Amino acid sequence: MKKRPLSFYLLLIFFCLFVLFLYGPMITIFILSLQGPDGTLTFPVRSFGFYWLGQVFQEQRVGNFVEPFLRSLLLGIVVMAVTIVCSVLASMGFRQRFKGSTVVFYLTVASLIVPSILISLGIGVVFQVLGWQTNWFTSGLGAHLTWTLPIAFLIMLGIFNRFNPAYEEAARDLGASDPKTFWEIVLPLIAPSLLGVGLLTFTLSYDEFTRTSLVSGQNNTLPLEIFGMTTNVTSPALYALGTLTTLFSASLILIAYFAYMAISRRQRT
Amino acid sequence: MLLHLFNPSSAMTQTWKTFKPYALITPQTLVFLMFLVFPILMIGVVSFWQFNGYSMVPAFTLDNYIGIFTSDVTLKTYLNTFKFLGLTWLFTLLIGYPVAYFLAFHVPKLQWQILLFLLCTIPFWTSNIIRMISWLPLLGREGLVNQVLLKVGLIQQPLEFLLYSDFAVVLGMVHLYIIFMIAPIFNSLMRIDRTLITAAEDLGASGFEVFKEVILPLSAPGIAIGSIFIVTLIMGEFVTVRLMGGGQSASIGKLIQTQIGSLQYPLAAANAMLLLIVTLLIVISILRVLDIRKEL
Repeated sequence: MKKRPLSFYLLLIFFCLFVLFLYGPMITIFILSLQGPDGTLTFPVRSFGFYWLGQVFQEQRVGNFVEPFLRSLLLGIVVMAVTIVCSVLASMGFRQRFKGSTVVFYLTVASLIVPSILISLGIGVVFQVLGWQTNWFTSGLGAHLTWTLPIAFLIMLGIFNRFNPAYEEAARDLGASDPKTFWEIVLPLIAPSLLGVGLLTFTLSYDEFTRTSLVSGQNNTLPLEIFGMTTNVTSPALYALGTLTTLFSASLILIAYFAYMAISRRQRT
Repeated sequence: MLLHLFNPSSAMTQTWKTFKPYALITPQTLVFLMFLVFPILMIGVVSFWQFNGYSMVPAFTLDNYIGIFTSDVTLKTYLNTFKFLGLTWLFTLLIGYPVAYFLAFHVPKLQWQILLFLLCTIPFWTSNIIRMISWLPLLGREGLVNQVLLKVGLIQQPLEFLLYSDFAVVLGMVHLYIIFMIAPIFNSLMRIDRTLITAAEDLGASGFEVFKEVILPLSAPGIAIGSIFIVTLIMGEFVTVRLMGGGQSASIGKLIQTQIGSLQYPLAAANAMLLLIVTLLIVISILRVLDIRKEL
């Protein structure tokens, strides 16, 4: 084995410290959520237990976690469905050169990088002017799409960049129509990546806060509910909720990554 | 052959081929027109409307803008926002670059590079709010950091500046957004042709010279893209400022949010337009300095 230079070890230590910085705070609230009934918001941990994890599902003095969770779940599923349909169609459009593609591309990038507060304020103003009530499933849905669509679209562009068109050409030579080629050839080939993109989209929506914050209307999504609680919850139930919802998101992401890796391996061979 | 002549489908196929991409991009573009373009145009319109104390009135006025440009608060808030932006940018670059460099040049196998990179990205997909809440038990008055420092005897009084301060805001922002700096830099470092480095070494360049003359210039577009992300994320920030800054810290995003809270939509809209213009100016100046076209 080749001897490694000193810079390798220094950078390795730096990288490990960075990972600790990234995950450390998360780990502390994991630990603090695993306390007995005498637990508090700070260290030291007095006793271990699952008391606070159970408390999450009980009626709280300030608000309730279950309904916002169901709302976020439903919204995430709708956002995922709309995002997948729109981004797959659009990225397939981009497989062919066409006039105005740059404008469409920059519009997508703009949606990603415009300061979030402008989206939130803008949609709020539109609804106000039109005299509509803001709601998590109308204005909230739109706000989420401005965030999930560009990300899904850019990932889909990457997927189609590596997609071998020979299969489609073969299908077309054999007389298959465009829709038939899509359903029988393209879709099965990209299905695992779609699962990945879908799950990532879902978690982005499930955890979205800034773009929704001003336009969710009367009923909060889960991140908004949690934000409201940070000021007045004084028990580790808040940490327990954080732990549960993070584990939920993280496991979806891991499934998504594995699905994505599985397909890239299959496409390479 | 004869059949073909009577078959109109070949002309139709040609037309369909031209229109197909437009049909395919329509749904996505409609979403952006409805929820991005139209809302921002409306912000522009409403910023010239009047406010009568409890709702907005569609009558032209420049008062919102005059108010903004004559108020001391505006300048102070922008300076404070720039302070957050400058510090966050500096730290995300100083921490993010070595991390990306380590991943790109010191991790031996592609699988490991991807795996470690994914490890860095997982937190990005989880909730920002919870990631910020996670700092509370560490930084608070009775938090872990203070407890440890008191026990070791480094301090006699708990440090107050750790939480609900500008320090906490910058810490929170670096923690939340650093991946937006790492990912583009990692991407441009991975694209560098390794033979260029070998060539430089063969010509007698030291490790530092290779970095300065070859690697740094070639990764500049990545730095530019990362910086653009940081600018656009920080300029409108209000959540971190509220949660980590307590009541004291101010930013443009928080100012706009407060104005919306009191239903002063025209004033908030004027502030938002100014914010958009300032953000665009910063982005354009970044693009002036560094060319990113190769990366797209």
